[in-house]
Amino acid sequence: MTDVLVGIENLSRDFDVSKPWLNRVLENEEKKYVTAVNDVSFEIRRGETFALVGESGSGKSTIAKLIVGLIRPTGGQILFDGTNVATRGSASMRQLRSRFQMIFQDPFASLNPRWRVKDIIAEPLRTFGVAEGRAAWEKRVDELLETVGLSAKDGAKYPHEFSGGQRQRVAIARALSAQPEFIVCDEPTSALDVSVQAQILNLMRDLQDEFGLTYLFISHDLSVVRHMASRIGVLYLGRLVEVAEGKTLFRDPKHPYTKMLLDAVPDLEMTGRKRQPVEGEIPNPIDPPSGCTYHPRCRLANDRCRSEVPVLKLHGDTKAACFALEEGRS
Amino acid sequence: MSDALLSVRDLVVEFPTRKGILTAVDRVSFDISRGEVLGVVGESGAGKSMTGSAIIGLIEPPGHIAGGTISIAGQRIDNLPYEAMRRVRGKRIGMVFQDPLTSLNPIYTIAEQLIETIRTHMDLNERQARDRAIGLLDQVGIPAASRRIDDYPHQFSGGMRQRVVIALALCVEPELIIADEPTTALDVSVQSQIIDVLKRMCADHGTAIMLITHDMGVIAEAADRVVVMYAGRVAEIGAVRDVIKDAKHPYTKGLMGAIPTLMQDSDRLTQIPGTMPRLTDIPPGCAFSKRCPEAFDRCFVEQPDCRPYQGRDVACLLYDEGKPQ
Ligand SMILES: Nc1ncnc2c1ncn2[C@@H]1O[C@H](COP(=O)(O)OP(=O)(O)OP(=O)(O)O)[C@@H](O)[C@H]1O
Ligand SMILES: Nc1ncnc2c1ncn2[C@@H]1O[C@H](COP(=O)(O)OP(=O)(O)O)[C@@H](O)[C@H]1O
Ligand code: SF4
Ligand code: SF4
Ligand SMILES: [Mg+2]
Ligand SMILES: [Mg+2]
Repeated sequence: MTDVLVGIENLSRDFDVSKPWLNRVLENEEKKYVTAVNDVSFEIRRGETFALVGESGSGKSTIAKLIVGLIRPTGGQILFDGTNVATRGSASMRQLRSRFQMIFQDPFASLNPRWRVKDIIAEPLRTFGVAEGRAAWEKRVDELLETVGLSAKDGAKYPHEFSGGQRQRVAIARALSAQPEFIVCDEPTSALDVSVQAQILNLMRDLQDEFGLTYLFISHDLSVVRHMASRIGVLYLGRLVEVAEGKTLFRDPKHPYTKMLLDAVPDLEMTGRKRQPVEGEIPNPIDPPSGCTYHPRCRLANDRCRSEVPVLKLHGDTKAACFALEEGRS
Repeated sequence: MSDALLSVRDLVVEFPTRKGILTAVDRVSFDISRGEVLGVVGESGAGKSMTGSAIIGLIEPPGHIAGGTISIAGQRIDNLPYEAMRRVRGKRIGMVFQDPLTSLNPIYTIAEQLIETIRTHMDLNERQARDRAIGLLDQVGIPAASRRIDDYPHQFSGGMRQRVVIALALCVEPELIIADEPTTALDVSVQSQIIDVLKRMCADHGTAIMLITHDMGVIAEAADRVVVMYAGRVAEIGAVRDVIKDAKHPYTKGLMGAIPTLMQDSDRLTQIPGTMPRLTDIPPGCAFSKRCPEAFDRCFVEQPDCRPYQGRDVACLLYDEGKPQ
């Protein structure tokens, strides 16, 4: 039996992107919605790194925000350790909330510029009552700073006194401070230079080993995902199109979109492989194609693809949502 | 005399500040031949964009070129008066930046912008210019170009806009295109399309491209040779394959180990300790000395020159005669 920590079930989220009411009336337009996340289900196992990859606008950040409760779902549910996150009363919800944390792409925007770093790191400690009394939390903050590779005296500084990589270390220390089990990391290294990215990725792996953390790791960079993830979900226009073990996904991608995406990654090994030129573009999410939303770009599309929506099904060890796979045409 | 199209020699760019003079580009030299893609790679603040701005004569004052020469086909362009330089930019050097919206005017259609640029620099009538514009859009991969040409920039996606900017840069058949992070804001699938377009321009028109990026993958995919920059200086220059597969400079080696790849299974990435120094505190001697795992006593006092070594140029005292035993 696998030990599921986070269960995502049929999760959906629509955003209203209509023009203001008056314009709509004058121009005689209907309300418009974007379905940023569309019927997404997956499980995150205790102690693993589950990665979500997808191109801009595919719904990665929206899923992250739904899971940590920054926005509410339009449909579906999120189970944390078996408990529905949305239905719990506020006191037990607070308890539950202390067990997960989030790290964002832009470490500057997520740290209050007017607070000293030690107060930033201590905030979750105090909110969730993890450390009682000033002496206790100050000691804990010093430990945390050292855990993430900074020094205790950095606590007296303000965020702007740090480089991008150091700020991300502060954000990680803050996320760790309430001793969470689960951390949602939304593009944690996308704003960093590669040498600094390597430092942060190594740190995140060490912390995972040390504290038995579970990560949801979100990135648009397939090489980074390859390095970090045990399992990977691929998103296209708000839908999960493939879920597989990391190694399997890269060795034997199943879904036509995953194949295209892997083929588009620059070949740093310079193997001289022949690439298929990328066809078309991601369509406008306000008016997505019918059926399988990938059909206008897919070489294998047929009439069924244009009218029916494929769902995730097992193909070997991989789950993928594609009729060509189901029909043995791929 | 070299037969290079662009030749940059000992370029120095300085910024006077209250704290003293900052050297953003420090004695940088390289050549680009016709039809060649020269990659310029390095971390943010390494001086890549500043080098590009110096070549097109657009460094913002009080920054200025404080030394060295820049020549295009043997003619110096670093000391031209403003008007003459403007003509060089319009006619001989095209530019593509990271954010396509900085190069496109939101209130004019794509057709108006392309036609105006073409007619400013070429003796064509409206009809001929429009045909040429449609041809260019077609070449950079805009589907239904003859219809889409009358759209406004906001009606295009990010990738399409970048194609339009490339078309705009190609209008006057420049000999050199300087592309500064042209794919950085784009998704990988769109990036791969844009790289294909740039490579085709080189092959079909013999255009030389200076491709500035922080992404070694883009260099591997698109460039013929690469300049690795660190703290305003050149660390290593060589054929892309040599530099990527067999880096010599300790910084390049560290950088290559720090990049996760799709192929290899490694638990840890190589870590270069610390970060690139700010211009205000570049150490004496080699700029990389404080972070270099191979540093020895001379590195802290002597600034290494870029010297030929095994088919490339490296600025590292390890490859100098006086290296330690
Ligand atoms: N607050 C909002 N209001 C309206 N639309 C939104 C909102 N947030 C997200 N969207 C839309 O939802 C879709 C998914 O967005 P999301 O930010 O989750 O994408 P992402 O995968 O994180 O992309 P990126 O790689 O660019 O960060 C997009 O079409 C986006 O425009
Ligand atoms: N207006 C300016 N005044 C002072 N320093 C500047 C100015 N513009 C850029 N610099 C400095 O010049 C260096 C090189 O910058 P740049 O060429 O933009 O780097 P890159 O493109 O490699 O990221 C940086 O350290 C930057 O801080
Ligand atoms: S369902 Fe059809 S259109 Fe969609 S990916 Fe599979 S073959 Fe292509
Ligand atoms: S000169 Fe010295 S410090 Fe600089 S890269 Fe070479 S070995 Fe390292
Ligand atoms: Mg996002
Ligand atoms: Mg730059």
